[in-house]
Amino acid sequence: MIPELGQFALVLALCLALVQAALPLAGSFAGRPDWMALARPAAAGQFVFVAFAYGILAYAFLTDDFTVLFVASNSHSALPTAYKFAAVWGGHEGSLLLWMLVLSTWTLAVAFGSRNQPADFSSRVIGVLGIVSVGILLFTLVTSNPFDRIPGAIEGRDLNPALQDPSMVVHPPTLYLGYVGTAVPFAFAVAALLAGRLDKDWARWARPWTIVAWLLLTAGIAFGAWWAYYEFGWGGWWVWDPVENASFLPWLMTTALIHSLAVTERRGIFKSWTVLLAIAAFTLSLLGTFLVRSGILDSVHSFASDPTRGLFILGLLGVISGGALVLYAVRASSLEAEGGFRLVSRESFLLANNILLVIATILILLGTLYPLFIEAFRATDVSVGEPYFNLVFLIPMLPLAALLGLGMHAAWQKMSMGALLARLRWLVPIALILAIVYPLVAYGATSVMTVVGVGTGVWVVLTSLIEPVSRMLDSRSVRLTRAQWGMFAAHLGVGLFIVGATVTSGFDAEREVPMRIGESAEIEGYEFELLDLRTIEGPNFTAEEGEFELRRDGELVATLRPQDRVYRVRTAQMTEAAIDGNLFRDVFVSLGADLGAGSWSVKLHYKPMIRFVWIGCAVMAFGGLLAATDRRYREPARERAKSRSAVGKPAGQGAR
Amino acid sequence: MKQWRYLVPIAVFAVLAAVFLVNLRMGRSVPESPMIGQPAPEFSLPSLRDPSTMVGTHDIADQFYLLNIWAFWCEVCHYEHPFLLELARSGVPIYGLNWKDERDEALSLIDTRGDPFVWSAIDEHGVAVIDYGVSGAPETFLIGPDRTILAKHTGELTPESWEAKFVPLIEAHRAGG
Amino acid sequence: MKRRHQRMIFIGIVTAGMLVSAGFAYRAFNENLLYYYTPTQVADGEAPIERKFRLGGLVVEGSFERAEGSMTARFELTDNYRDVTVEHSKILPDLFAEGQVIVAHGTMRDDGIFVADEVLAKHDENYMPTEVAESLAEGARRAAQE
Repeated sequence: MIPELGQFALVLALCLALVQAALPLAGSFAGRPDWMALARPAAAGQFVFVAFAYGILAYAFLTDDFTVLFVASNSHSALPTAYKFAAVWGGHEGSLLLWMLVLSTWTLAVAFGSRNQPADFSSRVIGVLGIVSVGILLFTLVTSNPFDRIPGAIEGRDLNPALQDPSMVVHPPTLYLGYVGTAVPFAFAVAALLAGRLDKDWARWARPWTIVAWLLLTAGIAFGAWWAYYEFGWGGWWVWDPVENASFLPWLMTTALIHSLAVTERRGIFKSWTVLLAIAAFTLSLLGTFLVRSGILDSVHSFASDPTRGLFILGLLGVISGGALVLYAVRASSLEAEGGFRLVSRESFLLANNILLVIATILILLGTLYPLFIEAFRATDVSVGEPYFNLVFLIPMLPLAALLGLGMHAAWQKMSMGALLARLRWLVPIALILAIVYPLVAYGATSVMTVVGVGTGVWVVLTSLIEPVSRMLDSRSVRLTRAQWGMFAAHLGVGLFIVGATVTSGFDAEREVPMRIGESAEIEGYEFELLDLRTIEGPNFTAEEGEFELRRDGELVATLRPQDRVYRVRTAQMTEAAIDGNLFRDVFVSLGADLGAGSWSVKLHYKPMIRFVWIGCAVMAFGGLLAATDRRYREPARERAKSRSAVGKPAGQGAR
Repeated sequence: MKQWRYLVPIAVFAVLAAVFLVNLRMGRSVPESPMIGQPAPEFSLPSLRDPSTMVGTHDIADQFYLLNIWAFWCEVCHYEHPFLLELARSGVPIYGLNWKDERDEALSLIDTRGDPFVWSAIDEHGVAVIDYGVSGAPETFLIGPDRTILAKHTGELTPESWEAKFVPLIEAHRAGG
Repeated sequence: MKRRHQRMIFIGIVTAGMLVSAGFAYRAFNENLLYYYTPTQVADGEAPIERKFRLGGLVVEGSFERAEGSMTARFELTDNYRDVTVEHSKILPDLFAEGQVIVAHGTMRDDGIFVADEVLAKHDENYMPTEVAESLAEGARRAAQE
């Protein structure tokens, strides 16, 4: 009875979404304020029903209702409660409901955050979000209903053991918030195309939403990489798996978008380009959804596949993205504006940023989709290896990082190269020296790649810090706005990330050795001694646990207990690595297999500065948060008065 | 006056969409199963209802029949179940291969919601499944009176795919003799 | 004219840089295409030597060998028609077992043994990669014909 309520709620949500999609848009063209006024209430109502449906599914999990097929396939009565809650998004149907919940949350936020915008504009934005909602709700109800019932299983099949981890609670919701959030700038872009015009106000409204989506996407991807790192115990954190790429491509586009929006807001140029980027970012999000769920790509991550679902999503892509691109082809020319800038100017650097990011996106997309092209035309099975992606990502990113340092300090419209370099050029030798000396001292080795990588990272860090630090030291200088703090912080995060990624790829070490109780093995000066091997019982698994003592220079650093688990219900085997970490290195051990004669294969890792990868991402996201909550986005009344009185931008706001 | 460069994005999109469509239509990685036209592999396995008895291809007469790979854990199998019942009631012989399943769960499905199968065999280790080149469930094979595999359908067997794929083959085979 | 001169040089450098990068990218692409081969194809000599490729099949029951306490393991991989010996010196994935389907990445050594850098077993025990499934069935059919 109760699960049927959930399904009914989704149907009601669909009805409201249809209203939300149709009437406000129609009203904006027909000049009907009463229809346009339906936008917000429809969005609110849709949210209520979607949230209710989601609550029903969560309730079914928490009460072990195994008459619901989805619950029976993904849960078990012995599953810890937190994972029962997270299991809602542990499979295709439930995760789609999460998608829907996130979309209606964003829609609700936009609906209420847009009260100071003209009605015809905001009703178009909400209307477009409504069209997307209709598409996803239809998809859910027609092909992927999470509330399907079965006679009733005695017990559930348990959640996939790989997902029974704290990160499962955090990673998917954060990722979806970012991923789905790209629908908001998309809706803004389509609204601008429909209106046939786009002004600086548009950019100012769109920017905070885009930055929030970006920062959530950054955090979501970082969580995923971190989870892969400690969960699988093989030391890697990014393999350019098609599903990883599916979330990374929208991130690249959204990064380009926030920079392009900066130019459009400030100078009123790059308009049609910004619109195209916004459409592309959301298209890549939808494409990712398609690739993951249609079954055309084989991947460790993909959900159980079904070509019918694939066709439906492809149809959605066609209507939503195809429709937007047709609109773009027809209307974009009316958006153009005049506005020049010199070679050395902030616009120019931001343009370079966009070009390089787009190149990276295209090359990664090519590598991801190439197997599909080949299969469609030649029926050969081929996959593209990691080194291609690593190289093809590095080629545009290194110049981007180098230019980034300069771009942050460039003035709008024009600046002399000499003035730009004057402050910054003494940072170059500092970065270079650090890049050569530090690895030699810390790791006893160096190479061209690590010097370039670390040097670039340090360069970005220094150029991000120089302005805030010098202003803090000089008490007479103008204070930085929060947006400026955000920019410097975000770029600082990028620099930290680059340093961490370079060092950890260049200087990491791993060893696989057979070990018996009482034996020791060594890696990079760290000694592991196997003290004991025993069997232990967990809530829904049995495990072999090894006890290792980690020592350096004879001193005890930590006791590590890696496990080799066998989950009882799905008879799946999972390795849990044991990690000892500090800011400058992670050291860890994981159990391999029983080799017989009391010997086990053991894997040892040394990962220097891997934490800088995670910290870099966290600082990036934090910078985004600062930038999105800048005063000028939070005081709509003041801005409304300003734009009405047409005074123009106040002086002394500084470079944005 | 439209500049041609604004048409580039939609053109690129259309090409990609076309490629995806081709990929989806193809089914999976390989366009056509090499099993088609080959003799249906023989098997002899324990019966689902009574594991002490063996059932298999030796029990099947020379006729048109469907071999359906299914399991309780396979969600899509639940969706195609009603249509299989319909086909069975209209006289199509359907034999089941229950793959890597829990016997009580499998029985619960066919006992409570109807049994479309003449019999189901338990393929616990995936022996027959490998011979038939099965890569997932559900998959349905159409086998003819000459005991060759006429068609293979991956995924849910819908009325549309039955009409479009299987029925023409049956009719062609009947006409051709 | 000096500025125009500068601009030409600048454009020239950028273009040259892009061409060089495109060249690298193209080479990286070709070198990293991993093709898939079956044990029968390997036995027939169709698979490349000294170039990495993917090999998929069923781990033959009873073929797994590893000296006690040693990390190097050997096993036979079959497509029901021909077998290939695979050697692997690292830790095998959790879902690896005799009678299971795996895909290995590696190269052929000149003694006819496939040295695997990576062995992959599908994450979910109930689905196997399509290309392997088809090759197993095809192999069985050819074996039955003999």
